[in-house]
Amino acid sequence: MSKKILLDKINVPGIKTYEVYRREGGYASVEKAMKSMTPDEVVEEVKKSGLRGRGGAGFPAGMKWSFIDKKSGKPRHLVCNADESEPGTFKDRYLMEFIPHLLIEGMITSSFALGANRSYIYIRGEYMWVFKILERAIAEAKAAGWLGKNILGTGYDLELHVHCGAGAYICGEETALIESLEGKRGNPRIKPPFPAVSGLWANPTVVNNVETIAAVPWIVNNSGDDYAKIGIGRSTGTKLISASGHVKNPGVYEIELGLSVDEFMNSDEYLGGMSSNRPLKALVPGGSSVPILPADLIFKTANGEDRLMTYESLSDGGFATGSMLGSGGFIVYDDTACIVRNTWNFSRFYHHESCGQCTPCREGTGWLEKVLWRIENGQGREEDIDLLWSIQSKIEGNTICPLGDAASWPVAAAIRHFREEFEYHVRFPERIKDRNHFVAEPFDKVRHLVSKQTV
Amino acid sequence: MERKHYEQEINMTESLMTRINELLSHYPEDKKKSALLPVLHEVQDAHDNWLSIALMDKVAEILGILPIEVYEVATFYTMYNLKPIGKYMFEFCQTSCCCLRGTEDLMDYTCEKLGVGIGETTADGLFEVRGVECLGACGYAPMMQLGDFYKEHLTKEKIDQIIADCRDNKIILHDK
Amino acid sequence: MKVTIDGQEIEVEAGTTILQAARMIGGESVPPAMCYYSKLKGSGGKCRCCLVEVAKGSDADPRPMPKLMASCVTGCMDGMEVNSKNSDRVREARQSVTEFLLINHPLDCPICDQAGECDLQDLSFEHGKSKTRFIEEKRTFEPEDIGPNIQLHMNRCILCQRCVQVADQLTDNRVHGVLDRGDHANISTCISKAIDNEFSGNMIDVCPVGALTDKTFRFKSRVWFNKPFNAHRECTTPGCCGKTTVWMFGNEIQRVTGRKDQYHEVEDFICNTCRFDKKEVTDWVIEGPRKFDKDSVINQNNYTREMDTVHIATEEGILKGREQDRKKISMTAIPLNKEEQEEFNNGNL
Repeated sequence: MSKKILLDKINVPGIKTYEVYRREGGYASVEKAMKSMTPDEVVEEVKKSGLRGRGGAGFPAGMKWSFIDKKSGKPRHLVCNADESEPGTFKDRYLMEFIPHLLIEGMITSSFALGANRSYIYIRGEYMWVFKILERAIAEAKAAGWLGKNILGTGYDLELHVHCGAGAYICGEETALIESLEGKRGNPRIKPPFPAVSGLWANPTVVNNVETIAAVPWIVNNSGDDYAKIGIGRSTGTKLISASGHVKNPGVYEIELGLSVDEFMNSDEYLGGMSSNRPLKALVPGGSSVPILPADLIFKTANGEDRLMTYESLSDGGFATGSMLGSGGFIVYDDTACIVRNTWNFSRFYHHESCGQCTPCREGTGWLEKVLWRIENGQGREEDIDLLWSIQSKIEGNTICPLGDAASWPVAAAIRHFREEFEYHVRFPERIKDRNHFVAEPFDKVRHLVSKQTV
Repeated sequence: MERKHYEQEINMTESLMTRINELLSHYPEDKKKSALLPVLHEVQDAHDNWLSIALMDKVAEILGILPIEVYEVATFYTMYNLKPIGKYMFEFCQTSCCCLRGTEDLMDYTCEKLGVGIGETTADGLFEVRGVECLGACGYAPMMQLGDFYKEHLTKEKIDQIIADCRDNKIILHDK
Repeated sequence: MKVTIDGQEIEVEAGTTILQAARMIGGESVPPAMCYYSKLKGSGGKCRCCLVEVAKGSDADPRPMPKLMASCVTGCMDGMEVNSKNSDRVREARQSVTEFLLINHPLDCPICDQAGECDLQDLSFEHGKSKTRFIEEKRTFEPEDIGPNIQLHMNRCILCQRCVQVADQLTDNRVHGVLDRGDHANISTCISKAIDNEFSGNMIDVCPVGALTDKTFRFKSRVWFNKPFNAHRECTTPGCCGKTTVWMFGNEIQRVTGRKDQYHEVEDFICNTCRFDKKEVTDWVIEGPRKFDKDSVINQNNYTREMDTVHIATEEGILKGREQDRKKISMTAIPLNKEEQEEFNNGNL
């Protein structure tokens, strides 16, 4: 059994409620931080912990906190990013639904560290029932004196509210989230200025993922150094992984960073192997935006080392042979899955979710989807594969926010690792007419039709 | 783009106004606009799950902002419906992870059973089937959203049951 | 502080953006700008045409910036070194953006009133290809009537959002904005409300393409057949400078616009009365001809240089027997029948 930090109490009956959560030692970090630490000491512990942003980018949380502008004297805000929308990711919802007070405790302790007196949890609108759970939990916490004026007699005031989105993946981007929280369209802002200087209502703001904030209580209760002992190298602590696709036991798991992909995939403690006797074909380890890995690069890196569940190991080999830990959306494909169809599906997603503000993303994502749709439906042309490659390369890096990159990477990786499958679609349109074309006849059986042959 | 105009009876009940005022209290006095998204949700839930121009104008008035600011927002986010829709809207997640688990077949089944196409409302106005993008339930696929709630691990049998429950008025759409 | 753009050094004040610095230098290093407009707050950053390569961040932090930066919203740092025209990466990025802007843009320049003064035409001329790789159907929008003076042609829009900023910053009670999202985002009033603010006409001037055009000038003439003059009048509208460019065809004022500089930005905004209602020569004090860039198509009809009559050898043969058609060439006086004329006047062709 590996160490659990976030979910260790998840099976305690009634942990959803304030009473049980408190009885189990909840809100201790608030007491400890406010009574025996200065805000800067809390920041210091988080820095020492090596905790990295769990939303996908993996930026060190303590460092992000230390960037917040405290000199200007403007009010500061902490905003929790619970706009979980990355396909393959559903961990934050699990945390908020089943142990809401952990997030609230984390928000209070973190707000104290940042000197924020008004903080928000921005939750996606589809999680409406979780929104209600959080609203009630906040009311409970407030009634118990953990929120409001002069908390624990320290003179520190905090107002915490939950705010709901209304269906826009782009609001997971922190500046789009801030715009949305201001009651506007979720258009990402042009940076600089960064939110740490000018965020919500032009005030210094920190935006952190749910899981990042939920890790703070443990770090404060124990210590940054203790947290840093868990994991490997710069991948410290534990990580929630959302597993989906063709696995036996899909769901949310807390792992110690450094666990091998093989063990996570195949041990009964975790995913328990594939959902059927069909072989593993591909893996998206960190949510739809990260590059897809073909079977031979999943358990071993290109150098033949064990692939581990860490930021570094998953990205070993760069985009040529690696991927990213991302948000921990672990999507497993067996050989019935069609990579072209999957890539088209992801492209449709990004096309649908592009905010439309900047040119390459607005026009490029739609173009990608249309070309992929043609290929998947037997109207592809040989040159379309290179066209796709070209379009994605023109979007990547040229947009205001990372959605453009996120739309490009899956397409690039699919072509890089599964080019033959695209060629098969183009050359044998009659064989891919049915959308489940690889169920009866997996690609391995027909690969010889497109393989390059030397005569 | 010119939009078709739909009539809607507006009823800003006392309980709705109380809730709106509560939401407004979550933001600084001079930042009322911030409450726009949650307020639109509340107002929509109280008006058959859709927003007419007149209703959006009303929201603009309450928040002290321009009507166009409300239209801009309401058209940006997918959860706001700008025309009358079926009472029970089956919003199937059709992003890849769910498709791996058979969403597409299940959507076909549901459409066939209800006699509608995707995006259409049944003649009695009761049902509507939609495909939406990732709802964050990838491990519990196939799934759909119905009102404020998720229906997960769906099968044909479960779909039959949900449809029957809707017809019997046994489904709660909103948690109020 | 000091910045170097394409090897040319210039001293600028703190807070100057790279694009502004490049404009101070002038010439070919100036990045194209489709959405940035110096007179509109918050403009820029969206079209991505003005991307530049920052080869050296500053003297203090000389590392290059990994991504290309939008020069219109990136501030200069002391010692910064920027490549614009000189960089292959930049040229490729601008070509990419141009291609993206064009894939869904209608190929209707022959009937577009903006043709000849269109920034997208200029951009395509510089960075576009003659062939398209886009074989899909182009995106189109349902038409919307936004009022009596301004024609909205959404299919041509590149979503620079300048017109929204005009409405926000020059007028009260903005009634139009960006609706929907992604590649279906569109400029609209949502309810077909007439945009009737006294400064709304400036939306036309700031539009870089033919998405917003002057209904009172619609299909009257190609812009290069007009002769632009600087003119002014005593305008009583508060906030209007009364200084305009009037576009003449013979003795007729066909169009009134703001005075646009070399970057096609107006020097000052004008009111709708000046723009739409004052079309008599007697309304204006004509100051003299307005100068345009030497490459501008508007100069093709430049009367400041001597114009020789062009004799086309085959012309006589072509027009044989229909001499009356000669005057139709380049003229608006196409004889329409009564109904056609009415429809034309209504401007909804």
